[in-house]
Amino acid sequence: MSHQKDPNPGPGPETEPGRAEELEQEVARESGAPAGPEKADDTADRLAHALQQTMSHRWTVAVGAILLAVLVGSVMIAFTDERVTAAAGYFFARPADTFVALGDAIGGAYSALFRGAVFNPRADGFAAQIRPLTETFNYATPLIAAGLGVALAFRAGLLNIGGQGQMLIAAAAAGWVGFGVTGLPVGVHTLLAVVAGVAGGAVWAGIAGVLKARTGAHEVIVTIMLNWIAFYLVAYFLATPGLLQAPGSANPKTPPTPESAQLPELLGERYNLHWGFVLALGAVVFVWWLLNRSSQGFAFRAVGENPRAARVAGIDVPWTTVKVMLVAGGLVGIAGATQVLGQVTTGFGGDIDAGIGFDAITVALLGGSNPWGVLAAGILFGAFKAGGTAMQASEGVPNDIVLVVQSLIVLFIAAPPLVRAIFRLPDPERRRRPRKARKIKEEAA
Amino acid sequence: MSAAVEAQGTPGTPPSDTEKRHRVHVGWKAANGLIIVGALFALLLVAVPRDGVTRFALSRGADALQIPLLEIPAMPLAWGCLVVLALIAAYSVVRTLANRRTSVWAIAAFGAVFLVGFLAWAGAGSSGTLSIVSLLSGSLLGAVPLVYGSLSGVIGERSGVINIAIEGQMLAAAFTAAVAGSITGSPFAGVLAAVLAGMLVALVLALFTVTHRVNQIIVGVVLNVLVLGLTSFFYSQVLVPNAATLNSAPRFGSWTVPLLNDIPVIGPVLFDQAPLIYLMYLVVAGVWFALYRTRWGLRLRAVGEHPKAADTVGINVERTRYLALLIGGACAGLGGAFYTTVAVDQFGLNMTAGAGFIALAAMIFGKWDPVRAAMAGLLFGFASNLQNVLSVVGSPVPSQFMLMVPYVVTLFAVAGLVGRSRPPAANGQPYVKG
Repeated sequence: MSHQKDPNPGPGPETEPGRAEELEQEVARESGAPAGPEKADDTADRLAHALQQTMSHRWTVAVGAILLAVLVGSVMIAFTDERVTAAAGYFFARPADTFVALGDAIGGAYSALFRGAVFNPRADGFAAQIRPLTETFNYATPLIAAGLGVALAFRAGLLNIGGQGQMLIAAAAAGWVGFGVTGLPVGVHTLLAVVAGVAGGAVWAGIAGVLKARTGAHEVIVTIMLNWIAFYLVAYFLATPGLLQAPGSANPKTPPTPESAQLPELLGERYNLHWGFVLALGAVVFVWWLLNRSSQGFAFRAVGENPRAARVAGIDVPWTTVKVMLVAGGLVGIAGATQVLGQVTTGFGGDIDAGIGFDAITVALLGGSNPWGVLAAGILFGAFKAGGTAMQASEGVPNDIVLVVQSLIVLFIAAPPLVRAIFRLPDPERRRRPRKARKIKEEAA
Repeated sequence: MSAAVEAQGTPGTPPSDTEKRHRVHVGWKAANGLIIVGALFALLLVAVPRDGVTRFALSRGADALQIPLLEIPAMPLAWGCLVVLALIAAYSVVRTLANRRTSVWAIAAFGAVFLVGFLAWAGAGSSGTLSIVSLLSGSLLGAVPLVYGSLSGVIGERSGVINIAIEGQMLAAAFTAAVAGSITGSPFAGVLAAVLAGMLVALVLALFTVTHRVNQIIVGVVLNVLVLGLTSFFYSQVLVPNAATLNSAPRFGSWTVPLLNDIPVIGPVLFDQAPLIYLMYLVVAGVWFALYRTRWGLRLRAVGEHPKAADTVGINVERTRYLALLIGGACAGLGGAFYTTVAVDQFGLNMTAGAGFIALAAMIFGKWDPVRAAMAGLLFGFASNLQNVLSVVGSPVPSQFMLMVPYVVTLFAVAGLVGRSRPPAANGQPYVKG
């Protein structure tokens, strides 16, 4: 590197080579902007640059990851499909049969997934055709809410694995207010039940927060233990008459949620979609505001980034930990409440959490722990859930393949270099140096 | 750093000052914990007194040395236990006042006496007998996957990689052990396949966390979901239609160790088991030896505490972590093999059911030490087996609360007794050379 040709005299001759190069680039960028005679070249350069930006952008990687995951899913479907296996038995005699069977199996499965999740052209009329999309939003509701709870804790440096327990306690609280309290007007009853659910989730997560803050117990182990404790506690409530068990029944199941406590249908009787989805959307906006626009959220993030620095800056780290867990648990509590008040209104058992507490972790990870990302990831996974159920019913492909595809998506998105390597996408870290800068260097030389 | 070095470094300061700085302040956690547990037990005895005798059986029908059934009046025994508990708690208070730690043995004795008292109370007036042998051997069996799993965690995390994928490793291992065992007809082939499956999951974990430096917790959580999805999918698509050929695995019989087996109580518990259990004793000791007494272990711990320093002296950080994860995966594979070569003869949906997470808890409870983690695993196994034994005598406690006990105990232990457990310094941090 040529030190004496450094256009910036500031740092003196002792400048490191790398630094000099940076300065050269900076100068080139500044002087290159209004370059007149090289306009055409400039446009081409910009186009190339824009293309490169798009190709290496996070969303391209995301699309690549989804493609890869779907591909793996296809292979799994193909390998276990009976007709494909049968046709492959005489592959060399009639290879076309194998490919037809492959296409049928894979195409059938994914088109069933699409019909179950987004749009069903086989139904009568647009209103019925679009129904799967509302189902997707319905499945997405608890995923978004619980995903936000995990994401918020994650931003504050806490791994909330306790979604299951928080949802169970929230569901128990909301359910108890639902059928235990009577005589309230429609809106008030629902509101009270939702608040009870949020409080239940907050308390259960708050225990983990207090234990972490007061004794330094690791939140992963504490939340896992609280999951099991909540599971057995709710199982006890469900099996005990007078608590949650339906009167006159011996099954560990609650009575149905009364009409007055249910979340009303959002789009009329025709669809199952209820106001819980709006609640989840509201939670997204709330978390966005909390994290990006409030001083409290700043404290949360500061503790997550560097607790030592946060303490030096005057933030009460233990108390912030408790607050983070309270809010996170409240968000997960929304998921528990909407399950009881909107999704499963015929009475619930010990499996009311439906694995959402753990799904929420993948949702939060896929969403990059950012509220809007969580919204998108929640809807995507909701679509997988809605479509997976339809796929299992119509094509006989086990619903579990959705788990595989989901986890592969998150895994691939988490490792962009891998996806880039497979699709030969350019790496944003190693961006081509702008041509202008090279030209200036040549001139200088 | 010793006090002497400190004093040398600052010659001007009087020695008393240094001493003061190094005096350990002993907290009240242990003493308070003992007092609370003792008080709760006393409350239980006063609130719900139970009459009758409790029968303890110390030997099995087939044992060479028969010990007569112990029939002890329940309440006197329970109150006697409470007195002993009070004495131990008082000892703990005295120790704490003198600024000395309560010894682990005292706490262990407290736990044992509490248990005897509780069993006496729970079994009072029942016609059934409390079989101590089946209580202990059931605990040991329940603990096997937890111990193997926690070893997987210990080895991985000592090298600086958080291993949340223990659950996935064990589930994959249980699946392959069932399939390989069914095909070959040999449980040994099943164990071998299980070890390979555990290592395969570990390899994926290593690829993403060590090579691609993805957040280790993310990869672990996601791998668990991935393995759950894969095994469930292939279970319902492949294993269920071909259950006779692919999912009816041979099981290990129990190998009786001659002579040792005849020791009363302990003999049938420890020395009349399947080979995987004997292997467990060896693996725990082996991991301890490898970690603390070999060059490899020293290097592995160095990589987990300060990878840069280790790199500077020429230790290959990435290779060490890969190797540690693979060995850990093999351990978890053995734990997974337990399900389908010892416990039952076929794979079932999600059959590990969270054992990997409890193994993780055992590892943290055991402060990242193989022997302590194994002890914690045994404790969890015991606590979860207690319910099975109590259901025989018809315990007055709702079964859900008994099933909850291990988790509550862990919670108290982690919060109160263990306190701030310190993971390896570089745990969870990918290493970027340079």
